Amino acid sequence: MAKRVVVNRYRCAYCGACVAVCKFNANELVETFLVIDEEKCNGCGICVKVCPMNALEVVS
Amino acid sequence: MNYDVVVIGAGPGGSLAAKTCAERGLSVLLVEKRQEIGAPVRCAEGIGKKDLQKFVEVDKKFIAAEVVGAKIYAPDGTEITLTEEMAGNEVGYVLERKIFDRHLARLAAKAGADVIVKTTAIGMERTKDSVKVKLRRMGEEFEVGCKIVIGADGVESRVGKWAGIDTTLKLNEIESCVQYLMTGIDFDPEYCHFWFGSNIAPGGYVWLFPKGNNSANVGIGVMPSLAKRSPKEYLDEFVERNYSNGKIVEVVAGAVPVKGEIETAVADNVMLVGDAARHADPITGGGIANAMKAGYYAGIVAAEAIQKGDCSAKTLRRYDELWKNDFGKDLARKRKLQQKLIKMDDETLNKIMHTLANCKLEEISVKAMIKELIKRHPKLLWDLKDLFL
Repeated sequence: MAKRVVVNRYRCAYCGACVAVCKFNANELVETFLVIDEEKCNGCGICVKVCPMNALEVVS
Repeated sequence: MNYDVVVIGAGPGGSLAAKTCAERGLSVLLVEKRQEIGAPVRCAEGIGKKDLQKFVEVDKKFIAAEVVGAKIYAPDGTEITLTEEMAGNEVGYVLERKIFDRHLARLAAKAGADVIVKTTAIGMERTKDSVKVKLRRMGEEFEVGCKIVIGADGVESRVGKWAGIDTTLKLNEIESCVQYLMTGIDFDPEYCHFWFGSNIAPGGYVWLFPKGNNSANVGIGVMPSLAKRSPKEYLDEFVERNYSNGKIVEVVAGAVPVKGEIETAVADNVMLVGDAARHADPITGGGIANAMKAGYYAGIVAAEAIQKGDCSAKTLRRYDELWKNDFGKDLARKRKLQQKLIKMDDETLNKIMHTLANCKLEEISVKAMIKELIKRHPKLLWDLKDLFL
C-alpha cells in the first residue's frame, strides 16, 4: 500500500509548519483545521519532521 | 464585487498593507481565514520599541510588558547581558498579540478597508491585468475581482505559490516552535531571556519573554534538520528542569521561516509581505517589525501601480527594492551568520560567550562586538569578516 501522512487531531495545534515545507501542496490549514489531500501526499514525511507537536505520522 | 486590492491575511503585515492602501484612496478588502483576528497566537510577541513606534501610537492595552534588554545563557550557563539596542532591537516591548492584531485591523478598517473574517482564499486566477480571488466563507464560495493581491498569509502562504513564487521551505530553512504561557514562575522581569545549546534547542534557542504578573511566554524553536526530537519534547525537558513549579495556562505552536532574503516577493499583480515573503530574522526569529515595514511598502507601491495603470511584476519590482534596501541585506547577512552558528558545537559556543562576557558590552556596538570576536577567534569566524567589518 502506498505511504501517506495522517494527522492526530488531538495533538495538532494548527500552526501551519507542515504546510510550509510541503512542495506537493498536500497539506492545507483551513482556518484551524489541517487537511491532508491524499491525492497529493506521497508520504515523503518531511512534514512529520517539522511538526512541533508530533501530530503527524507516515502510515501505509 | 471588485476592489483595487485584496489583502490575504490580517496579521500585522496584512493590516498595515490594507491600512496604507486605504489611506492612499484605494478600495481594499482585508481577508482573514480565522474567525478571530490575532488568535491563536503563533509568536513570542517581542518587538523593539523604535520599530513599534514607527507604525502605531503605542497603547498600554496591547503592551503586556516592557524590558530593558536581553540575557543570553551559554550551554555551560555563562550569562551575558545585552542592552535593548545590542539585542538587535528585537526586544523592548512584549506585546499582547490578541489585542495588538485586532487593533491594527481596526486601524485598517478605520482608514476605509473592508474586513472579512472566517474566510479562506482558495485560489486565484489572473486575467488581463486583473485577478479573480476565489474565497470561501463559511462553506460558501465566491469570487472577488481586484488589480493587486497582497499575500500576507503567513508561513503557510499559498498566494506566492499560486503566483509562481516557490516559497516551499527546506528543513534547514524553518524553525519549529512550541510555546507555553506560564504563570507562577520566578525570573528577572526586566529582561527577555535566551538559552542556547545543542541539548537545549538544536539549531535554535529557548526563550522566556515576560508578560507581566509573574507570567511569561516560555518557548522553543529548533531546526528540524538538526533536532533529534520534536520541540515540544525539548521544551518539556527545559521546563521540568527550570520551572517545574510553574503552571501552563496556554499552549501554542508555530513555525518561523529562517531562509533569509528571497530573490523576489513580487509577481504580476502580486506582492508578498511578512512571513509569506520569508521576512523573519534568521537569527532572532523576530518578524513583526519587518512584516509591518513590508506591509507599508507594499501599500505604497500598490497605490503607485494602480495610479499608473500598470500592475505588472516589472512595476511592482519597486516593492522588492524598498524592502530589500530596508532589511533585505540584513536578512541575507543574518542567514550567513546563522549557518555559521548552527555548525558550532557547545564548547565553541561557550568559548565565544566567555569572550563576550569579558567585554564591557555597554560601551561597544554590535559591529565592534563581532569585530572583537573575529579578532579573538579568527579561525572560527574569519569568513564572516567581509559581512560585518
